[in-house]
Amino acid sequence: MARLETVGEALARQGVSRRAFLKFCAATTSLMALPPSMIPRVAAALEAARRPSVIWLSFQECTGCTESLTRSDSPTVEGLIFDVISLDYHHTLLAAAGEAAELDRKQAMEENWGNYLVVVDGSIPLGNPGYSTIAGISNVDMLQETVEGAAAVVAVGTCAAFGGIPHADPNPTGAVGVGEIVKDKPIINVSGCPPIPVAITGVLAQYLTFGQLPEMDELGRPKAFFGQSIHDRCYRRPFYDNGQFAESFDDEGARAGWCLFKLGCKGPITYNACATVKWNSGTSFPIEAGHPCLGCAEPNFWDKGGFYQPLSEVEWGGWTQLGTAAAAGAAIGAASALAARSKQKKAREEEA
Amino acid sequence: MTLLDFARGPAMQWAFVIFGIGVAWRLVGMFLLLRDRAKARARRDAPVSDGTRAIIMRSVPPKELEHHIVFQHVSGYAWHIGFFVTILFFGPHMPFWKSILGFGWPTLPSEVITVVGAITIAVLIALLVRRLSHPVLRVISTADDYISVIVTILPLLTGLISYANIGFDKETNLALHLLSIVLVLVWFPFGKLMHLFLAFPTRYKAGADYGRKGVAA
Repeated sequence: MARLETVGEALARQGVSRRAFLKFCAATTSLMALPPSMIPRVAAALEAARRPSVIWLSFQECTGCTESLTRSDSPTVEGLIFDVISLDYHHTLLAAAGEAAELDRKQAMEENWGNYLVVVDGSIPLGNPGYSTIAGISNVDMLQETVEGAAAVVAVGTCAAFGGIPHADPNPTGAVGVGEIVKDKPIINVSGCPPIPVAITGVLAQYLTFGQLPEMDELGRPKAFFGQSIHDRCYRRPFYDNGQFAESFDDEGARAGWCLFKLGCKGPITYNACATVKWNSGTSFPIEAGHPCLGCAEPNFWDKGGFYQPLSEVEWGGWTQLGTAAAAGAAIGAASALAARSKQKKAREEEA
Repeated sequence: MTLLDFARGPAMQWAFVIFGIGVAWRLVGMFLLLRDRAKARARRDAPVSDGTRAIIMRSVPPKELEHHIVFQHVSGYAWHIGFFVTILFFGPHMPFWKSILGFGWPTLPSEVITVVGAITIAVLIALLVRRLSHPVLRVISTADDYISVIVTILPLLTGLISYANIGFDKETNLALHLLSIVLVLVWFPFGKLMHLFLAFPTRYKAGADYGRKGVAA
């Protein structure tokens, strides 16, 4: 039975050398902020781990999260780790569709009751069950039914974690993240639009290694990947410290690779591993490509002012509003001064 | 709406409205309450030179008192300069000024601003401690004095915390920094911070008045 194959066996079958596997274990151990002494334990545990059953639910999403994993930079060990999990249901990737696919999901649930992982990408619309359905089942019903026997839920991408773009004002579908619906199961939020592939595989690796979920921040994200801000690990940080900023996308500062804070970079308030892990096999990340961070790993990133509005720019109301306020203040001042003068005059007249 | 959204948006807008109303109220009220011109013959009719002289003279300590007030004198100038350097020449502050004024100016390296800001906070705290510990100063101090100093320290302190990214997360730190600026704007017209607008005009008025009073010897 394929489901009984270990991760080590599956990797060997796919041609991953022992050296490459250990290299992955070292990198994963480091990313998870574990001491180097844990590398052999991670390797041993991963090698011996049974392929966990994973049910992947895609709701209101753009498939970017799936694309991020499956098309990222194959073939990598991270990708293969993803491949060797027993992905029993993923309606985008499944050949089957409709009721046949649903049968797969139910079968996987029954066979692995209490042990399987549910991975969710996309938000869940609560406004009307008909906004998003799969095989005639509304997203919220499918989620509630599927998580019932799950060991844990991994919310992949900002939509699943916090509602994401569908949740953006005015949120026409009443979109919410998994955490708004699932209250009785451990949830790991791997946010990002899309999330970094290794963050997902890192979480899976930790789960396979230790049988427990990673340490998480207050937003339920694994601290190993979301523990530091983009700004703090950004290679352009020295320019921020030196007061060297790009003022526009085509000025000397932009060409020289100066800090993008004034062009609206949300790196200072965004917690993710983009600046360290990077994308496309560690090639670069948006800031390295000359674009400010949009803050996509944070809740409500779509509604946090303009993408190109600097964090220190305020909506102060404008000169007309200030002028009106000043005119009102001047009228009050004039009235109070005239009242005081009239009072003084009256007092003088009484004295005389 | 997050705390940062609130601080950057509605809180800042209302702060500017209160600031505008308050400052205009006090300035117009005080201007219209100026006494009528004295009817007595002027000893000297040179209000501009007398007023200007008073502004300059009162910006430096009298020679006979100089060695007694070195600390207040130096520390007063030090923190005022530090405060304005910090708010006007810190790079990330420039979008704030640009959003209001529509133009910007060159800024200083963040490390320089960090040092200047830290010194400014230290001087302000030293002055606050002195106010609390000096027997005479403590008696003549009012709530306004303490509130004004604390309200002035808060933006510097929250700014430094935000820059160093300690305590809360960066977003909360930034929101608290902006809210401390909101507090300055709201308190400004009603406390001693108003001296930003009143210090020089009142010195000028006093100098001009004293210049015309009395008789030529």
